[in-house]
This record gives sequence, structure tokens and C-alpha cells, in this order.
Amino acid sequence: MNALVQHLPAVPIVVPLVAGALLLLLTEGQRTARVTLALSSLVIQLVVAIVLLYSTTDAVPDFWTEGIGVYSIGGWPAPFGIVLVVDRLSGMMLTLSATVALAVLIYSLASWDRPGHPFYSLYQFLMVGLNGAFLTGDLFNLFVFFEVLLAASYGLMLRGVGAQRVAKGLHYIAANLAASLLFLLGVAVIYGTVGTLNMAELFGKVAELPGAERTLFDAGAALLGIAFLVKAGAWPLNFWLPGTYSVAIAPVAAVSAMLTKVGIYAVLRVGTLMSQDQAAASMLGSILFFLGLATLVSGMIGMLATQRLTRLVAYSVIVSSGVLLASLGLGIEAVTAPVLFYLSASALTTGAFFMLTGMTDRTRLPSSAPASDEPPAPSMPAAAIASPSYVSFGVLEPDTYGTGEEVGVSIPAAMAFLGLMFVCCVLLVAGMPPLPGFIAKFTLLASALAAAPAAGAAGQAWALTIAVLATGFAAVIALTRIGIRLFWAGTARRTPRLRVLEAAPVAFLVMLCLLLSAFSGPVMTFFEATALSLHDPQTYIRTVLSSAPHVSSGEPEP
Amino acid sequence: MEIIYALAIGVLTGAGVWLLLRPRTFQVIMGLALLSYATNIFILGTGRLAVYRPPIIGADDATNPALYADPVPQALVLTAIVIGFATTALFLVVLLALRGLTGTDHVDGREPDA
Repeated sequence: MNALVQHLPAVPIVVPLVAGALLLLLTEGQRTARVTLALSSLVIQLVVAIVLLYSTTDAVPDFWTEGIGVYSIGGWPAPFGIVLVVDRLSGMMLTLSATVALAVLIYSLASWDRPGHPFYSLYQFLMVGLNGAFLTGDLFNLFVFFEVLLAASYGLMLRGVGAQRVAKGLHYIAANLAASLLFLLGVAVIYGTVGTLNMAELFGKVAELPGAERTLFDAGAALLGIAFLVKAGAWPLNFWLPGTYSVAIAPVAAVSAMLTKVGIYAVLRVGTLMSQDQAAASMLGSILFFLGLATLVSGMIGMLATQRLTRLVAYSVIVSSGVLLASLGLGIEAVTAPVLFYLSASALTTGAFFMLTGMTDRTRLPSSAPASDEPPAPSMPAAAIASPSYVSFGVLEPDTYGTGEEVGVSIPAAMAFLGLMFVCCVLLVAGMPPLPGFIAKFTLLASALAAAPAAGAAGQAWALTIAVLATGFAAVIALTRIGIRLFWAGTARRTPRLRVLEAAPVAFLVMLCLLLSAFSGPVMTFFEATALSLHDPQTYIRTVLSSAPHVSSGEPEP
Repeated sequence: MEIIYALAIGVLTGAGVWLLLRPRTFQVIMGLALLSYATNIFILGTGRLAVYRPPIIGADDATNPALYADPVPQALVLTAIVIGFATTALFLVVLLALRGLTGTDHVDGREPDA
């Protein structure tokens, strides 16, 4: 096989890393070079992700052994060396994140890239973390890539201005630092009991542990689980999420929607590898189910209670996390494929919706629009706005819209476009036909209800059904209320100028959702194959452990 | 030695958690620092406590692994220290920015209503 193709799994990590570093070297004046570099890096990632996704399907059966690609980074064989593993799930997550990230980057080109802030570099480093977390085959590197991801997201979250944003950013950082420490403790306990951190070897060895060690291992796994659930935004660990996401600037919030999906991915990956042990799986499952249900309900209450669109979308992120966690907690294998479908649909939706909020914000008249949408803090002195610390920390406000110079071409019928996209997003979030939100929820609930009596989880399946339907209803109420206020009521609105660069990515993501809906048959077949391979961890374990280290063509063969 | 080690981790963690839950940003950052010390010591402890055992296998006697310390936790703890140091530095910057923007060191950016 072509030696270069063998190195493909490393590309999604190396390319953004190099691009991010190079972007730091370019000065602010070289806008064209910066934009070209950032865009081409994302395009390469998307293409490679699609190739990797394609290579794991049955379409190219002999590309990797059993459809799982293993790449040994240091050239050492699997249990000792560090490996990257590409299977269907990783390929799918890579493609999803690269798609959303590319759309968001194009969106951010329109206005959010102001000089003086390394937005592009941080964005690339965020991609390093995302891609690495999806690809890595051992727990410690999962931690490292989580940290890369979070470090970049800390910087991005603080972009923009306002004491509120910095205060929420502080909460975000504190919560995630504490979660990272729990993650480390979990990793340490697992290493101390099992003696390995390679996921494949780990889960082969867990079954052989004696009783006392096993208890210790379970404690370590529980610590890991808490760290993952903080990332996924599960109740009660999600107190930081609505505040942080709703004050972050639109493109950052849009790409951050992917971050909760990383938590779900980690739960899915580690959880399915661990579910070989039936007793542990069912206990884990029932905890996950009730946490998921609580997340769902808390997200629903939040949606109904909030009056601001960005905050509402943030709660919809929580709701989708709740649906995913509760469905995974059912412990029914048949729901995994719909769960993956729901995950894809909701990642695209939230990405589009957060970008849309950035545009609808501008329908407010400048006089009635404070810099931050948040009501100003009572004790925040007005003089602080002119405080020199803005300059010293590089937190500069992007121009208020409409008054500054226009970059790019505007599109006609801006309000009609905004309204149409808003309706699409509402339908997606609420799960109405004919959009994929409906297909995902329908297949999810149908398969859960069909398989639940056999698994002895009929009550849980019905509880989930009721909660999901009620949440959909609540979403319709909440979003309609805000939609009426945004588009119908209130004459003190102005039509914003929308640039093609901003409008196109939103339309693109919504179009992708429509395509997901139109081609839901083949997509679902793929997700079913993914679910099947997830529930057969033996293949994963065997393939990873038997993989021979790849020696680059330049070195002599051993 | 194990008892002292475990007590040290416990004291650091307890103090760290208490400080983390305090309302002042400086207390929070100290809490996070103490917690990360506790975590780092804990990781080192998972390699089993032993003295006079090198982590690198010598050329002469490579047959008995019991004579050597486990190098992996030491490598892990190095990585964790570096990452923890960087994130603490970042947190410090955000803390100072918040202080500069709001004029208070409360974590919410404003004093609680008296």
C-alpha cells in the first residue's frame, strides 16, 4: 500500500498544529495570507476526514484491517507505544467537527477577525484538540488533547469585551480545570490498578482484575466519567454552560457546541469498551440514564425560562446532551445508531443556530443595543469600559455593526433569509418533520420502545419518550415566543446587512441537515454499521493490539 | 511513608476543595493550585512508593522488574505539571483581567448584595 496513505491518521492533528503555529508568525497586516492558511488547513482536515471516514466503511474493505486503522506515532507497537485509531466512530466525528468548524471559520471571516487577537491560531489549536481527542487510542492522550482543546477554548471564550464575558469565562475555566484534575486522578487510579492506559489493552485486562483492585478501578472509571460528563454538560455539572455559551461571540459559541459532543464521544467510546462487563454496564447505564433525564428536564426548564435567544440555544445544547446521555443509559444496543444520527443532526443544528444568533442580534437598533446582551451588572462602573486593561489584555470589542465599513457583498432580503433560517433551526431543535431532528428522535424512541421490554427497561424507555416529546413541545413554545418578538413584534427593529460570507455557512449547515434528512436511509445504514462495530469491542481490541508499527519508507525494514 | 504520603494528599485536597469553593478569585486559584499538587503527588504514588530504585533499566541487570521503579507515572506527572502550570498561568491572566474590568475580586465580577 502507498506509504503516504498510511500516515493519513496523523494529518488531522499535524496540519492544524503547523497551521496554528505559522499563523502566529504572520503579522496582522497579512490578512490574505492568514485567511488562506487558516482556510486551507480546515479544507485539508475536512478532505482527510472524509477520506478516513470512507476508508473505514465497507466500500474499501482492504484498506485497513477490519475497517480499523491504527497508526503508531513513535513506531512502537500498540500496548507500549502511542497509537491513533481510526474507526467508523472516529471518522464520523472527525468529519462532523471539520464540517462545522469550516462553516464557522468562513462565518467568522466576515467580521470577527479583528487584528490584535490570535483568533485563527487558537481556532487551529482547538481543531488539534478536537481531532486528537477523536483519534487517540489511549486515555492519557485523551487527557492531553482535552487540555489542548480547552486551553484554546479558554482563549476563544474570552474573545470580545465585557466584564460579563470575562466573569463567565472565569467560571468556565475554573469548572473545567477542576474537571481536568478529576480526569487526571481517574487516569492515575486506572493506571495504578491495571498498569496500562492503552484503551484496547485496558479493557482486555479489566475482566481479570481481582475483587479489591476491581473496586478501585471502578472508582477511577467513575472519576473519568465525571470529567466526561462535565464536558458533555450533564446536570448538575453544567451550571457554567448556559452562561458561558450565551456570552461568547457567535462563532465561538457555534464551534463550542462541538465541545459537548466530545464529552458524549468519550462516554460512548470508553463506555462501550467497558460494557463487556454486564453488571458494571447496567449500573453505569442506570446512573447515566437518570443523569441524562435530569439534564433533559433542566434544559427544558431553562429553555422555557429564558428570554434571550443565545441563552436559549445554549439550553438546547444541554437538552441534546440530555437526550444523548439518557438514550445511551438505556443500555439498549439498538438505540446507538439513532443516537449517532441525533448527535450529527444536533451538532449541525446548534452550529447553525449559534451563528444565526450572531446575525439576529443585529436587528436591534444600535441605541437599544448594549455591547453585551446581558443586563449590565449593577455595580459595574461605567468608567471600567474605558479601563486600560482592555488594551493590556487584548480584549477589544469588534465594531458595532452597520456603522463601520462593510466587508464583502451583502445579500438581498436579509430579514426573509433570517426568518427562514430561524424557522428551519426551530424545526430542527424541536424535532419536527421533515428535518433530521424528527427522524433522529423518531427512530430513537421507536427503537427504544421496541427493544425496552426485552431489556427490562420499559419504564425507562417510556420516561424518556415522555421527556423527549415534552422537551420538543417546550422548545416550540420557547422558540416561537422569541421568534415572534424578533421578527413580528416591535417596530424598533432595523434590517441588518448580511454578508454572503455570514449567510452562506448558516445556509450550508441547514442544507446539510436537509440532505441528512433526504438521505437518511444510507446514513442510517452507516450509523448501524458504526453501532455494530462499537458493540463488538473485541474487534477493536484485537486490531489495535495486533497492529504492526508502521515504518516509514525512508528507514530500513527491520 | 505511605501514611504520611496519603495524609499529605488528603490535606492538600481538602484545603484545595475548600479554597475552590470560596468567593474570591485569589482563593480559587490557590485552591486549584493545591488540588493540582495533590493530583500530581497522587499520580506519582500510583507507581508504588519506593526508594533507591532507578526508573531506567540498566545494562547489567535487566531481568528483574521489581528492582526498578515504574517510569510511566513519572512521565505522566511531568506532563500533568506542565499542563497544570500553563492553565494556572492562563487563569491568573483572566483573574487579573476580571479584577481590572470590574474592580472587585469576587468570582461573579460583582459584590454580593449586602
